[in-house]
Amino acid sequence: MINEYDLSALIVTIRLAVVSTVILVIIGTPLAWWLSQTKIKFKVIIEAFIALPLVLPPTVLGFYLLITLGSNGPIGKFLESLGGNSIAFTFTGLVIGSVVYSLPFVVQPLQNSFSSIGKRPLEVASTLGASKLDRFFSVVVPLSRSGFLTASILGFAHTVGEFGVVLMIGGNIPGETGVLSIAIYDHVEAMEYGQAHILSGGLLLLSFLLLICVYVFNRRFSILRSAER
Amino acid sequence: MIECKIKVTLGSFILNANFKIPDQGVTVIYGSSGSGKTTLLRAIAGLEESKDGYLKLGNLIWQDETTFVETHRRQIGYVFQDAALFEHLNVRGNLDYAIKRTSVLNKEYINSIYSLLDIESLMDRDTKQLSGGEKQRVAIARALLVKPKVLLLDEPLSALDVKRKNEILPYLDSLHNQLDIPILYVTHSQDETSRLADHLMLIEDGKIIGSGPIDEMLTSFDMPLSHSYDAISIIHAKVISRDPDFNLMRLEFSGGKFVVPDNGLPTESLVRIRVAARDVSLTKNKQTDTSILNIFPAVVEEIVPEGKAQVMVRLKMNEVVLLACLTRKSSSTLNLENGLNVFVQVKSVAILS
Repeated sequence: MINEYDLSALIVTIRLAVVSTVILVIIGTPLAWWLSQTKIKFKVIIEAFIALPLVLPPTVLGFYLLITLGSNGPIGKFLESLGGNSIAFTFTGLVIGSVVYSLPFVVQPLQNSFSSIGKRPLEVASTLGASKLDRFFSVVVPLSRSGFLTASILGFAHTVGEFGVVLMIGGNIPGETGVLSIAIYDHVEAMEYGQAHILSGGLLLLSFLLLICVYVFNRRFSILRSAER
Repeated sequence: MIECKIKVTLGSFILNANFKIPDQGVTVIYGSSGSGKTTLLRAIAGLEESKDGYLKLGNLIWQDETTFVETHRRQIGYVFQDAALFEHLNVRGNLDYAIKRTSVLNKEYINSIYSLLDIESLMDRDTKQLSGGEKQRVAIARALLVKPKVLLLDEPLSALDVKRKNEILPYLDSLHNQLDIPILYVTHSQDETSRLADHLMLIEDGKIIGSGPIDEMLTSFDMPLSHSYDAISIIHAKVISRDPDFNLMRLEFSGGKFVVPDNGLPTESLVRIRVAARDVSLTKNKQTDTSILNIFPAVVEEIVPEGKAQVMVRLKMNEVVLLACLTRKSSSTLNLENGLNVFVQVKSVAILS
């Protein structure tokens, strides 16, 4: 039912989504924390910049990434000067593209969740002898569980669903950069509707289930919170 | 001694406080809302940045020109107005949070705190299932598990109804009696002040307007508290004997003996007696055919007019100062003047501990 080509696309997609999500949480957490705490004036500019992928056509983003990461781009040149290869059309390039593309989906829920904690629990923790880092892991992280879950699921699902960026910088190399969304496109181009149905239906179901998780968790959380009042 | 020089600017509000208070007993920081008393407490805790500040507790320096000790290194117990227990932890988790971060604790001390605040029965409860009073008890215990050098309480009773207040006041009394660390207690309640304070500091519009022992602060005509219809005096006394026939007990102070209804306090206990100025009346000769039991000789020390119809009289009964609020008419009928020997009649008193 599912051929080798589709299977490799599925594996690449899941690998990409898992790696990207892990990197997104690692980068997004300090970024979101900083945004939730800082009082600097140009904060809105940074927020708008991070939110850009929400409104920009993915092809635009992909185009610029291609320019910077390709062998003539600044980052590509730098990497080649170190003796490496350009990272455009590689799995690494794909991960970078995904991280940029999905960043707002991770940063925003985390930032909201961090802001909603307020100052008080952190002040309490510091009077109880907790240092800055200790306060973050012993108070902020446990109080932001739903934020982390939402951010991870949205980051994961959004990476699975991307097409434009991948098309521009991925190059659809089977087993390396060929992902599901492009495989579906190829099947449709080749009039293989049966295959396209299987993959599309699968993605539809997966996305739906992931979103249900987000809503269920957030709802349970908000009910718990309102019950306290 | 606790020495503080604090300057905090919050928008258009400026707190500028320069004071020394004793490093034992309860110091109440009293002021109306918006006077800066909470900001003062936060600055002592290091939660509010004090410009060019100076903070010294005993021989510990928390802030001077070169030093700023961060809150988590100050070893302070801070109880917030709203208890502020961690929602993600149960009662035990909240207490363990402090225990884990305090290196100088022993089992004995921990247990003494638990019994002081009756914590054992609450241990495995979720913080959401606690009443307001129980939450505050846990918050106080948590603050004490830091083994603090000073305990800071920010209006711990203001969020509670009268019933809960009365439930937690005895615990505060026992803190007062059993802890050997200084307690700074922020409130705008005269009731809590008269019950708990050893020392009183008055704050208004970000400035300290007076500081001193509670009995002096309440009765000094330089301080605003003596100029209200609610003015009170505090008398320290000791339970010396009881009269079982009438269910009364006798409380001795340096100016005589009070006779009050027996509330079961053991003999020899030290108590505070609160006397409202409006419950005190004066006579020139000692009355005998009166229902009033508590009559003491006194000397008029000072008389000031209070509004159009009243006067406030400060009296001395031996070393103890007492305020009496009279009508101007009575004062003139009795020809009251400084140095006059009179008898005070105290209609009712409140026993505070």
